Parts: sequence; structure tokens; C-alpha cells
Amino acid sequence: MTLLGIDDPKVWSVYLLCILSALFCIVYGAANWNKGDEEKWEDEKKVEE
Amino acid sequence: MDNILILTIVVVAYLFIIGYLGWYGYRKTKTALDYLVAGRSVHPVVMALSYGATFISTSAIVGFGGAAALFGMGLLWLTFLNIFVGIIIAFIVFGKRTRRMGHSLDAHTFPELLGKRFNSNFIQGFSGLVIFIFMPLYAAAVLIGAARFIETTFAPNVNFTVGLLIYTLIVCAYVMAGGLKGVMYTDALQGAIMFVGMIVLLVFTYVKLGGVVTAHQALAGMADKVPAKLIAGGHLGWTRMPTTASPLWWKLVTTIVMGVGLGVLTQPQLAVRFMTVKSNKEIHRAVPAGGIFILVMTGVAFVVGALTNVYFFNHPQFGNISLDVAGGNIDKIIPAYINSAMPVWFVYVFMLTLLAAAMSTSSSQFHTMGTAIGRDFFERILLGGKQSQYTVLITRIGILTGVLITIVLGYRLPGSIIAIAAAIFFGLCATTFLPAYIGALFWKGTTRSGAIASMFTGFFGTLFWLLFVHQAESEPMGICKFIFNKPTLAHAPWTMVDPIIVILPISLLTVFLVSVFTKKMSKEHVEHCFKHI
Repeated sequence: MTLLGIDDPKVWSVYLLCILSALFCIVYGAANWNKGDEEKWEDEKKVEE
Repeated sequence: MDNILILTIVVVAYLFIIGYLGWYGYRKTKTALDYLVAGRSVHPVVMALSYGATFISTSAIVGFGGAAALFGMGLLWLTFLNIFVGIIIAFIVFGKRTRRMGHSLDAHTFPELLGKRFNSNFIQGFSGLVIFIFMPLYAAAVLIGAARFIETTFAPNVNFTVGLLIYTLIVCAYVMAGGLKGVMYTDALQGAIMFVGMIVLLVFTYVKLGGVVTAHQALAGMADKVPAKLIAGGHLGWTRMPTTASPLWWKLVTTIVMGVGLGVLTQPQLAVRFMTVKSNKEIHRAVPAGGIFILVMTGVAFVVGALTNVYFFNHPQFGNISLDVAGGNIDKIIPAYINSAMPVWFVYVFMLTLLAAAMSTSSSQFHTMGTAIGRDFFERILLGGKQSQYTVLITRIGILTGVLITIVLGYRLPGSIIAIAAAIFFGLCATTFLPAYIGALFWKGTTRSGAIASMFTGFFGTLFWLLFVHQAESEPMGICKFIFNKPTLAHAPWTMVDPIIVILPISLLTVFLVSVFTKKMSKEHVEHCFKHI
């Protein structure tokens, strides 16, 4: 079976998988854009001395 | 000459901006926290671009792009793993816990995170030493990638050696002065340049070859042009995977795809990026930029690398496949293609792209080598963990030493080495650090002995496999031949199987079994480590 001119399913499938995984990254980032926003121990910084 | 003048002006302008960003990083660096983890307050887009630009170097574009010209588009499995493991798993699964635990333990480096999690100066010192000794191999691969392009673009107008030394001096200067802040600000600019350069390269290549489908069909139609030697190795054409379990398949799947694809999780210069942001919101926001960046950088390099065969074969001046045009050295394929197929102005744009790719990776490698010897070895092993006013100074001396070793290696490594040298370092990091890293982040029952045992198993197991079993390394190294009078101790297919396939499962089993049977970490310490998780 050929897709996009590529004749090996093991290759054209990964061509599409790469694009889909990048799309997942976009969707994940958008869905969690404002999520995950979460005891002085400044003392370390002072210890500048 | 006019073109050289234009290029010189562009490069000088670029270097001035880099110099300014390095100086800006220097001005913003007040404490060791700033120097080592950029004050833990980096913008998510800067973090994502810095992560991507550090991950993707000339090694990925020139070395692995050249490997795609040899193996074909099957190399896209590495792009998939780079996004799935290198971004999705690394950021969402490992990154968030790394950031939280790094904050809880006030860790400034990847070895320090492991050392403090297991309350062990030895783990931190040993990790730092492994990184300092072996990272120059990967750093040299990046330098060679830059040098190959400078060589083919400027020769004989510019002295190759002087160009390489000036390049190294510039990177060295802003890393030593600006610390991780200087590195990450310059990375962000370099990442943006790389992104634009690769997009233009992809569009130019597809347009030149008649469009996406036409280009792929032309490449598929060249299956009968594969040299007999490659066919014997399992090559079926540039749009097909090699025959399963053939020598080429083992090299593509185990060394290149698995070695680099899994090794990314434990690259110390990448893991430290998660400790530079102040909350998990920044990590969530960095995921889209990281995913798109890696898709464009590696996807374009591998697709264009494979398609160079169509260009060279159909070109009346060459009439041959890429491997033959490059005289058998795959590291020269991408530079030869750019110089022959692209308009002169794009050769210079791409020159800048590669310069940015090399500098962004080299700078982080130099910084990591310096912190490995300064923070992780000197301060932890020699001073027993006491804070020292000399840490930043020793780190800077470490950077300088690492750079000198890298330059020497850069001159001594053989041809077609870029992708393999990077894959060896990524694989060694995976087998040595990944089991302990997984145990540190995900299993409270992991013990100090379990972590140390798995690191020893991974490190020495990989060295044994490279020196005595995996023929691609054991034969040229010659130690096996010297001791046992034969190039490898094993028989096929083991002589073609990368160490990561054999040693990583063993070291994963080691961390589990040894942890079950050895003394647990104190409850208070473990609770402190997992305080925010």
C-alpha cells in the first residue's frame, strides 16, 4: 500500500505519526495552558556572602 | 567575493547579537544559582527553544541527515521517538517531577539531583566524572558537524583550523561569562534561526523535486539503484525499512533510533532545563513549542537527507546516489547538497542555521562539562559537599579543560563518525543513568545501593559491550583483538546489537532487585524528596 508516494507502510505510517505527535503537543499545551501553577529556604541565596 | 562580504557582515552581526545576549546573561548572573540553573525563572518559550536548540545540533542535521541519505526515510522513527520520548515523555512525565524534586532538594545539576535524592556524594561525583570524561566525544561530533560545513563552504578562502578555534573561543567566552542564563538567552535566538532555516530548506527541496508526492515517488523508484553492498546488508530502498534483523536494520533500529531516542531522557544538559522554570505551568506551555521545533528540525533533516539521492541521481553533473557523490563519507552529504542545490543566499542562511545549531549545543555541552567537574566532582567529592567560593571558578576551569579535550578529539575522530559518536554518548547515558533516574523520580523504595549498582552495571556493561561485543566499535578499538586475538567475542546477531538493547534491561532489573534487598533510605529523607510530588 502506498501513501504520499511512499511504498512501505512502516515508513509512511511514521511520517504521519511524527505529524500527529507534534499536533498532540499543541493540543496538550493548549488544554493545560493555565494548569500547574503551583517555607524562605532566599537564605541559600544570602549565604552572596 | 561580494557574497563572502555579505556573509561576513551577516555572521559578524549575528555574533554581535550573541555577544550582547551573553553579556546580558553575565549582567543578570549574581549567584551560583543564576550561573548553574538560570535563577529558576526562565520563560517557557525560552526554555522550550533552549531545550530544542541544545538537543538538535549539527550532529542531527549534518550527521543524522547524512545517515538518512544512507538508510532512507526509515530514520523518521527517530523523529517520532524524539517527539514522543524527547518531548512528551520527557516534559510531561519526567520534567514536572524533575523540576519539583530539583526545587525540594535545591539541586543545580543532573548529577546533583541524583546525588541528593540518594543522599550520596559518590553518586554525584561518579555521575559528574562520567559526564566530564565522555561528553567530549559528543561535543567533538558537534564540532566536526560545524567544521564539515565550514570546510565545504569557505575552502580555500578561510583557514579551517583558525575558523574552528575562533568558533570555540566565542562559545567558550559567553558560556564562561554568562553561565546558564547567557546560554539560554543565546539558545532562544539560535533556535529561532534554526527553525526558519529548516522550514525554508524543506520547502525548497520539495519544490525543486516537483512536490511532496512526486519527490517521494521518485525516491521510491530508485530502489534498484541501491549499491550491491547495501543490498547485502538488508537495504530495500530509501522509502522502505531495511530487512528485519539484517545488519542495517540492527544499526538503524538499535543504535540510531533506540540509542538516541531513549538516551535523550538522561542527557544532563537537557534534564537541567526542567530545573530552570519556576512552576509546572511553564513546562505545560513549553510542550507545544518543543514538539513543533523537534518535528521541524529532525523531520526536515531526515526527509531532505533521503531525498538528496533523487537530486544527485537526476543531476547531469553527478548522476549518482548521495553516498557516492560524498565519496563514501556520509557526513559530507548534506553540505554537498546545500552547496549544489540551493541558491547562494540560502547557502549563507543555512551556514548561519548550522552555526546556530552548533553553538547552541556546544554552549550547553561546555556548561555541563564545567558543572560536572566544578559542582559535582570538585565541590562534592573533594570538599565533601561544602559550598565553596571557588565553585564558579573551578566550573570555568572545567569548561576550558573540556573544550580543549573536545578540540583534540575533533581533529582525531575518523570520517562518518558524527551520528555514531552522538549515539554512543546518548546510549551510555541511558544505560548508566536512566534506571537510577526512574527510581529516583517514581519509586520511593529505590535505595542508594540499588542506584549505585545499576549505574555500575550500566556503565561497565556498556563499556564491555562496546569493547568486546559490538563489532562496529570493538574492531576499530582493537582491545579485543589484542587480548583474545579476534575482533569480537560474540557471534551474529549479537555483534550488531547496540548495548542499550542488552544492558539497559539488565541495569533496570539491577536497580529493582538490589533495592528490594538492601537498606531503605530514611523515611524523613524520602518524604522530603517527594514533598511536592
